[in-house]
Amino acid sequence: MSDIREALGSLAAARAALDAGSLSAADLVEAALTRAQDHAALQAVVGVRPRHARDEARASDERRAKGERRSLVDGIPMLLKDNMVVAGEATTCGSRILEGFVSPYSAGVVERLQSAGAIVLGRTNMDEFAMGSSTESSCFGAARNPWDPSRTCGGSSGGSAAAVAAGIVPAALGSDTGGSIRQPAGFCGVTGFKPTYGRVSRWGLVAYASSLDQIGPFTRSAADAAALLSVIAGHDPRDSTSLPVPVPDYAAALTGDVSGLTIGMPRECFVEEGVEPGVLESVREGVRELEAAGAKVVEVSLPHSRYAIATYYLIATAEASSNLARFDGVRYGHRAEGATDIDDLYRRSRSEGFGAEVKRRILLGTYVLSAGYYDAYYKRAQQARTLLRRDFDEAFAKCDVLVTPTSPELAFPLGEKNDDPVRMYLSDIYTVTANLVGVPGLSVPCSPAAGMPVGLQLLGRSLEESTLLRVADAFQRRTDHHEKRPPEPV
Amino acid sequence: MSPARDFEWQDRYEAVIGLEVHTHLATESKLFSPAPVRYGDAPNHAVHPIDLALPGVLPMLNDRVIDLAIRFGLAVRGEVNPRSIFARKNYFYPDLPKGYQISQFEDPVIIGGSVQIALEGSEPRTIHLTRAHLEEDAGKSIHDPALAGSDASLVDLNRAGVPLLEIVSEPEMHSSEEAGAYLRALRSILRYIGVSHGDMEKGQFRCDANVSLRRIGTQQLGTRTECKNVNSFANVEAAIDAECVRQAEVLDDGGDVVQATMAFDPATGRTRVLRLKENSDDYRYFPDPDLVPLVIAAERIEAVRRKMPELPDEKHARFQADFALSAHDAGILTGSRELGDFFEAVVVACEAMGTDAATRAKAVSNWVLRDLLRILKERDLELEDAPIEPQALASLICLVDAGRLTVKSAQQIFPDLVCEGGDPVQMMTAQGLEAVSDSGVIEDAVARVIEANPDAVASFREGDQKSINFLMGQVMKRTQGKANPGQVRELLIQKLS
Amino acid sequence: MSRISRQEVDQIAQLARLSLSDDEAAAMERDLERILEYVAALETLDTEGVEPTAHALQLATPVRPDEACEPMDPELALSNAPEAAGTAFVVPKVIDEEGR
Repeated sequence: MSDIREALGSLAAARAALDAGSLSAADLVEAALTRAQDHAALQAVVGVRPRHARDEARASDERRAKGERRSLVDGIPMLLKDNMVVAGEATTCGSRILEGFVSPYSAGVVERLQSAGAIVLGRTNMDEFAMGSSTESSCFGAARNPWDPSRTCGGSSGGSAAAVAAGIVPAALGSDTGGSIRQPAGFCGVTGFKPTYGRVSRWGLVAYASSLDQIGPFTRSAADAAALLSVIAGHDPRDSTSLPVPVPDYAAALTGDVSGLTIGMPRECFVEEGVEPGVLESVREGVRELEAAGAKVVEVSLPHSRYAIATYYLIATAEASSNLARFDGVRYGHRAEGATDIDDLYRRSRSEGFGAEVKRRILLGTYVLSAGYYDAYYKRAQQARTLLRRDFDEAFAKCDVLVTPTSPELAFPLGEKNDDPVRMYLSDIYTVTANLVGVPGLSVPCSPAAGMPVGLQLLGRSLEESTLLRVADAFQRRTDHHEKRPPEPV
Repeated sequence: MSPARDFEWQDRYEAVIGLEVHTHLATESKLFSPAPVRYGDAPNHAVHPIDLALPGVLPMLNDRVIDLAIRFGLAVRGEVNPRSIFARKNYFYPDLPKGYQISQFEDPVIIGGSVQIALEGSEPRTIHLTRAHLEEDAGKSIHDPALAGSDASLVDLNRAGVPLLEIVSEPEMHSSEEAGAYLRALRSILRYIGVSHGDMEKGQFRCDANVSLRRIGTQQLGTRTECKNVNSFANVEAAIDAECVRQAEVLDDGGDVVQATMAFDPATGRTRVLRLKENSDDYRYFPDPDLVPLVIAAERIEAVRRKMPELPDEKHARFQADFALSAHDAGILTGSRELGDFFEAVVVACEAMGTDAATRAKAVSNWVLRDLLRILKERDLELEDAPIEPQALASLICLVDAGRLTVKSAQQIFPDLVCEGGDPVQMMTAQGLEAVSDSGVIEDAVARVIEANPDAVASFREGDQKSINFLMGQVMKRTQGKANPGQVRELLIQKLS
Repeated sequence: MSRISRQEVDQIAQLARLSLSDDEAAAMERDLERILEYVAALETLDTEGVEPTAHALQLATPVRPDEACEPMDPELALSNAPEAAGTAFVVPKVIDEEGR
């Protein structure tokens, strides 16, 4: 493995190369741009900003020459899911409706990354408006899994997962509304982390479902995730749902020691039915590894988790139907030609601009909020959310961390689920609960099955990201699944 | 013009009127965005990415609106909801950039409350409020064929996001006059407590009127219509009257009033159907997931209460008690905060100048009610914009009190004092209006008048007391009104006895 | 029993300002039917007396001081406009101007 390839393989390696002076930030940017091209067939990256990235790299190198380093990620190129706005840059959310849109302002995470010296290299492919589990609903076409390009990389942050897995960049950001970081991380064999709701600012994240959306990192390792999270986490006075609490030193939590921690296995998540062969075995093996490391393992129960997918789709689509009303062809984005009146303009612009899955979810959300159905659907879902939260409170009274599979399946062949929305939705069965309850969730690679990566999901108490990172890091100190790299393109 | 006289519908029907008032809150910045609240800018010159509903923006509540809402709740003795919820009202409109308006639906910030109204010649009434809630204003769609062609509209989002308090009354008013009185009282309260500037021309105080009729003697409410956005007190009253007439005609013809949104045309004085209320008005309200509940602690309410300015009805009662004013006079003086404050300032200044304590307040109220208001009206001037200082009126009153200026001369000076400001003493001197107290001059005038009017002198001597007034008038005329009237009277009586 | 009718699909499409071809509407009806059938599982849940959760977090109401910022450069505000005149956005004529 070449030095440069290794340096782009993880934040730790990139930082070591920069610190040693063996590579410059400019080298990393050039190499990342080249690798993005070499991996163009993955359709993981949908836009780069080479000029700005080179300028930022030069500035970082000049700082370093003077002995300054703004943070652990100074000078390291990263990619962002195409739903986080960068001033002066396009943002599309994988949708035609945002064609031509250039944001006049930057997202909170972008400001944090840039003031930490990180280099925003470009944007990654995603399901349109983050609605999907396979990155197939993108207007740019499906992103592909670096382990097997005939398969999905997962979604909706599939491009970010694929880019990190393929080593185009050492880290990327995604957003997770019902599993959109963790599921693609699992499918692509990287570490994906959805922090506590409110931990990372949503300012400048194009909303899918506001009460569930959360930004988080894709990295090779839990240690990298800790480093990146400490850059992007923290209170933002522009986001009413941002938590005004201090951000702990995540790196300090990585002690390698899990003795004294109790890990709960929700029995509902370890039922064979509906789960692809090999997945549960890999996860159980991972649990045994943690037990061997000194953790105590107990069985717990989340009785209302069987309602989670229904609850999630009602809440997420209701919020989405309202969040996506602003895409109307008036102030930005796609406008249909030759509209006869304002209603015609709305209908045609929106119908031309949105893809089928987005329309499906807007219609479902509109339906469940409409007169006569609100109580039966939306309000009931909010009540189910309360019950689910109580389940988690009870479970976390008995354990510190929950462990489940990230997904009930391996990365599936592209096109396989396009005809059946419910089958696609069930892909999120283990992940949506964390969003509904607001707790942090992390996916780490455990032993592969049938040659494809398998994700092990860890869920923690609200704001206890440190505990999750500690467990994940301890696991990765004892295993090398996260270090496995997919084959290079020929 | 009284509708009771003009429209006989009132013999058969009773009007039931509820009002929804949208008032801009007096803030520097918008409800959920830091863009400035400004009026009269060119389109889109007072916007922030939040007001454009750019992808990724989020609302953040303006702290000041909370205090303003509490202040209003306390002023109308409503309940300040300890936990109110911002909800999204979803509909598409070009001046509504997010495709939803952030408002409050099931849990408004203020619950209940009431406003007192007093119509001349009837007992004061209490009009109850249903609620008051916070919401964002929309932008504006403008038609300007010169700029956009005749088949296009322009969208200006300067007003989008300006904080509004929507105040909903119970349907408890039964005439356009009551509706007008309610609106005036409400606007006065809002301005008194500094919650809104209430400038109707700037659209800071807008009214929708819900109107229905019912047969006299029945209790069942009729189908109502809503007259939208009527923009002056006079037009609200005219719109309600017109709508009552229209509905009465429909009902008299055996028809049914159809639920609709009406527009009032001030030019024709008629209402017309703008739009029927349809099932498509499905706003799909739900709690805004970008915001958390508005929780207001009891301590905050108390803090606002401690700083509450005096309310119109409190001031009204105090003016009656402290200044021995009639309810009517006190009512006018407290009709606006500015007028009440001006009146009190003049009284205080008079006191400092040592005018007679017994007649002081009466003298000031006479000047304010009789002269000041007339002059302001004639010159189409607001008191706030008039240069007159309370000190100046006090000094004028002192001059009259001291006999240095006759009332007549004072009234001659006063309009300039109101409209241009200045010092009454200087004005008196400059215009040579100082009262003549030189007894030689007055004696001479008295002697000439007695000589020239033997008939009046005779009738006075025969016991006709009124003749003295005629004679006095003649003396004043000869002295160009500058003689001290007391002195003249005394001298006349002395000479004629 | 069908949970959603074609007519309801058309109604919500109008509310959401989406126009659907006949084929699209039929496909949406089928998909929504399937999804609603799936979420009907919630009907069996006993939610009597359960408070709804709108948010996973319990926060004091965050606020911003009432200070006005410099407004956006109008040119930037209009920079993404599909159609503009002066510093205003242009839309097809809005007829029902005050009737909301």
